[in-house]
Amino acid sequence: MDGMLALYIFMLAAFTGYEIIAKVPVILHTPLMSGSNFIHGIVVVGAMIVLGLAETPLQQAIGFFAVALGAANAAGGYVVTERMLGMFKKKEG
Amino acid sequence: MTLPLYVQGAWFGGALLFIVGLKGMSSPASARRGIVVAGYGMLLAIAATFLIPGLQNLALIALALAIGGGGAWLSAQKVKMTDMPQMVAIYNGMGGGAAAAIAAVEFAKGDAHGLVATTLATLGALIGAVSFTGSCVAWAKLQGVLKKAWRLPAQNAVNVLLALLSLGLGLAVIGLAPQQPELVIAFFVVALVLGLVVTLPIGGADMPVVISLFNAFTGLAVGFEGYVLGNPALIIAGIVVGAAGTLLTQLMAKAMNRPLSNILFTPMVASGPGEAISGTMKEVGAIDAAAMMRYAAKVIIVPGYGMAVAHAQHKVWEMTSILEEAGVEVKFAIHPVAGRMPGHMNVLLAEAGVPYDKIFDLEEINAEFGQADVALVIGANDVVNPSARTDKASPIYGMPILDADKAQNVIVIKRGKGTGYSGVENALFYTDNCRMLYGDAQPMAGEIIQHLKSMG
Repeated sequence: MDGMLALYIFMLAAFTGYEIIAKVPVILHTPLMSGSNFIHGIVVVGAMIVLGLAETPLQQAIGFFAVALGAANAAGGYVVTERMLGMFKKKEG
Repeated sequence: MTLPLYVQGAWFGGALLFIVGLKGMSSPASARRGIVVAGYGMLLAIAATFLIPGLQNLALIALALAIGGGGAWLSAQKVKMTDMPQMVAIYNGMGGGAAAAIAAVEFAKGDAHGLVATTLATLGALIGAVSFTGSCVAWAKLQGVLKKAWRLPAQNAVNVLLALLSLGLGLAVIGLAPQQPELVIAFFVVALVLGLVVTLPIGGADMPVVISLFNAFTGLAVGFEGYVLGNPALIIAGIVVGAAGTLLTQLMAKAMNRPLSNILFTPMVASGPGEAISGTMKEVGAIDAAAMMRYAAKVIIVPGYGMAVAHAQHKVWEMTSILEEAGVEVKFAIHPVAGRMPGHMNVLLAEAGVPYDKIFDLEEINAEFGQADVALVIGANDVVNPSARTDKASPIYGMPILDADKAQNVIVIKRGKGTGYSGVENALFYTDNCRMLYGDAQPMAGEIIQHLKSMG
């Protein structure tokens, strides 16, 4: 990818992340930390590509490890966040 | 590698759904929908990746997805809400490990070409590896597997030395392309050890901030590896989380009045008891506590981690409902670091069924303590210690606290006479308007409920 273009993406993404969190009430900090933890689980896609293009057994082994870890990050992060947020209710009952 | 438009389009859609989902998570009413939207984004991105032409090892990929994803899905379903912080830590560490492993494969293949790509691959590997082992230590500490804080002699010097060594090896990896296998292995070993050594001496009370920091680290590592792989979805998701996580870490550190550098380099120690405290602690029985609250106009409950450990939140909510039926106004005051993470206490109360419009932050409620007849402190200690306002010798001096001492009466439910997590004496317990109700939070709340019911 074009290096400069990536730099622009870095910059805009950083501001986006900053802005989203800046206005969040404290009560959502834990779910949000957990939610952002889920989102970097996208690393599993990178791991899939790496494993998919692996050539030697060593590369396959490390790639396999990467996909398993990334998938755990995504799946675990999702379930934990969803369980927490599912409990927020406005009115009793 | 040129990718077909439908794969790139799906990744774009995934990144878009992540941002929309994260935005949704920033308000309680739409938070649940937010995570579901982000979840669809993830599924879309993963499904599209399978469609990349020429992708090999598809069976291996599916197997790894099933093992990692399935295992985490099942274990995350079972974990108790009080144990959430360490689960976030361990899943986060796995993400960091995945990012580091991606870099390892790129090095093995010699695929990272050019100065920028190699540098980012190396930096991502370093950050990801530190996040991986560091998060594992954080998990072990919060889970109670590791109980002691391990401190090496000259800990700070060792930290700096290891950091410099890993950076030096990283520079060598970048400079000596094509990569030498021995050098790459040494680099990874030092980076992994660095994560361990930096995290081991940090105490449990500081762990939330550290977990949040590692969360930001993993985000950055994912973003950097995204650049190496030429995948904008990874860049966007990773950097958004990196920035959001950094801000969140700062907010937490500020709430605890513990600058990040202090957390990483100086463990919290009881540097002395602070000023001597005069007066005595006065006990009260459950029946008197019940009467004080039953005939009050306004009660503010200050729950702490002790309440969660005792699993008393359901009883406390039952007590609250009885008081409200009797016409008492009841509010919950939450300190930013109540529980083990900011907002953790809110989650625990929500689990017990307390609606979030009864729960108030420190800034929202502190002015109201003056009008409250009773402040009921359950399993909280340092966050209501007035020494933080007045006693410059106290280790917690300067930390914002809940002004429970300004209520007409204070009732403290506490297991024993010991000090709090920080090891500091609490001046609140010795004030004239404070009464101690000694016992485990759950049976005590149960007793209060019985007495309230008999009062009608």
